[in-house]
Amino acid sequence: MFRHVSTGKTRNKLLGGAATMLLGALAIVPSAQATEELNALVWCDHTDPALIEPFEKEYDVKVNLKEYEGTGAGLSIIEQSRPGDWDVMVIDGVDVHRAVEMGILAEIPADALPTADLFPEVVMADNNVVDGKTYAVTEKFGYNTISFDKTKVDPKDMEDISVIWSDKYAGRIAVYDYYLPVIGLVGLGLGIDTADLGADDMPAIKEKLFAMKKASKQVGEVVSSQTALATGEVDILVGGGEWITAVLSEDKPNLDWVIPKQGGLRWAQSIAVMKDSEKPDLALKFVQYILSPEGQSRLATSSCYWGMPANAKAGANLSDAQKAALRWDDQAEYLKNSQLYPIPDADLDAQMQDAWVEMLQQ
Amino acid sequence: MASATLETRENRRAWGFVTPALLWTVAFFVIPFIVMAAISLATRKGRELVMAWNLDNYIAFFEKAHLLKGLFVSLEITFTVTLISVVLAYPLAWIIAERIPQKWQRMALIMAILPFWTSYVVRSYSWLLVLAKNGVINNTLMHIGLIAEPLELASTRSATVIGFVHFFVMLLTLTIYANLVQMPPNYRRAAADLGANGFQVFWHVVLPLTLPGIMVGAFLTFVLCIGDYITPQILGGNNELALPQIIMLQLGRRADFPMAATLSIILMVVVTLAYIACARWLKMERT
Repeated sequence: MFRHVSTGKTRNKLLGGAATMLLGALAIVPSAQATEELNALVWCDHTDPALIEPFEKEYDVKVNLKEYEGTGAGLSIIEQSRPGDWDVMVIDGVDVHRAVEMGILAEIPADALPTADLFPEVVMADNNVVDGKTYAVTEKFGYNTISFDKTKVDPKDMEDISVIWSDKYAGRIAVYDYYLPVIGLVGLGLGIDTADLGADDMPAIKEKLFAMKKASKQVGEVVSSQTALATGEVDILVGGGEWITAVLSEDKPNLDWVIPKQGGLRWAQSIAVMKDSEKPDLALKFVQYILSPEGQSRLATSSCYWGMPANAKAGANLSDAQKAALRWDDQAEYLKNSQLYPIPDADLDAQMQDAWVEMLQQ
Repeated sequence: MASATLETRENRRAWGFVTPALLWTVAFFVIPFIVMAAISLATRKGRELVMAWNLDNYIAFFEKAHLLKGLFVSLEITFTVTLISVVLAYPLAWIIAERIPQKWQRMALIMAILPFWTSYVVRSYSWLLVLAKNGVINNTLMHIGLIAEPLELASTRSATVIGFVHFFVMLLTLTIYANLVQMPPNYRRAAADLGANGFQVFWHVVLPLTLPGIMVGAFLTFVLCIGDYITPQILGGNNELALPQIIMLQLGRRADFPMAATLSIILMVVVTLAYIACARWLKMERT
């Protein structure tokens, strides 16, 4: 036996409730809705509202941001998405070729970019241009080296990479959980240039990685690494640099970074338009905004991490304190003493990742 | 004849009730599982997925020590957590069921499961702050002079175990409490009348009758703990990797779906074995 519950009174109640909910829902929808949406696969520095909101307002667009770390993770997201899901992608400069080979990036008209305004060393045409066609443009760069608390360690010790696998600071070291820069750093410590790193070098690199793990307290991603250094949980961060310490320069003047005598790794992030984007013009406008002096200064001092803007004209929009934290005036020397990330082929990449997991399991 | 028709109608009705759940299970468990099992037999060549139909990934799992270690790390953590959670949850459930007046029992249970209301991720990060070098525990111990140097609590296996135990003690308390309150008080009275002392009553009557509750709770703890990625990731400091963390690495960094599928199947086999052991034990208990 069934009982009808949808009596007139109940129905009125339900309708009344639905109307209230609808009104409530309408009330929370912003009155000025963006007419378009742009989907961007980015690194965490692009998620700062101070960077994105001016573009959204100017072009009446909502930028949907998906954050990722490491090219493998980004490509994995794209593989799991439908063509056209993403309009813009931020990618490691050294991986642009890989993305072009996968056929996911669109050509960008070279004359639409302010290439002449970029620091010449970071134009990186070898990486961003394939067969004469520009597929990406460098937007920000910095260094993966050694960050440290200068009140707790001897800054002189930090000038030699071997400190990261020595016992002197055992238990006081954190390692940034990204295999490419850290393996590159270890390689530099062994006297191997990142461009020459090969499978034959892996046994020696593994040995040092394991020694470094033994001396370290933790291996973590950006936030936990930064937190560990800032809270005094550790005194040294392997793989750190200005991108970890500059953002904390006001609150934590005790944090510093150095490029050791063996050299450091230079990271450079590029921005590209996706080949299957249904809004290529808007995507290009976003790229142009990010490359503009205003966009560049905001990106350089993003709340997630700071880094040198690729566009030299951004300096006009940065304060002296911000420039000092970014070591603006030392860039010539730093650029000379740093190397790009290793670019392993698929087999070497698999070996490096296996070595990294082996290290984590030590 | 009439009873046969009635039986057919009953059967149809029963199938009518069961079919939606069956379709749901087939669509969201059986088919994805078959796909996952098939992918585990493929290989990753560069960025291409090649359907090789071989057992290379399974062989690689047993050959590569760092992958195999992931399983052992998971098992060690899971057994430790399950054991500690049972030891802590049993007295808590017993106190709520036996020592707290009935009218306050509901309140006590709510208090016991209060941490369930917090996000799992937030709770893990909170533990990180509590266990940090300058966190609540170290500061307190140093303040009262018990230690001179802060203890290394965060980013360790102990931190992972603490985070898990905090969660699973609540779960086990509920299953054991449910068992305790269902137990007729006459059993204990009868045992006492026959001369058993308090410990003997507990050991020979109460504990055996509450073992099903313990086993069910322990099994749930085992399943949830061995498959968890968040707690070891946040509290373990990546100082060792549990199997779910290695699975995430295959997906997130390498897009190696075949290896991720292989490791997931292995994890499922372990859970299935635990289930078979638990179910068999419960069946033996009933006979």
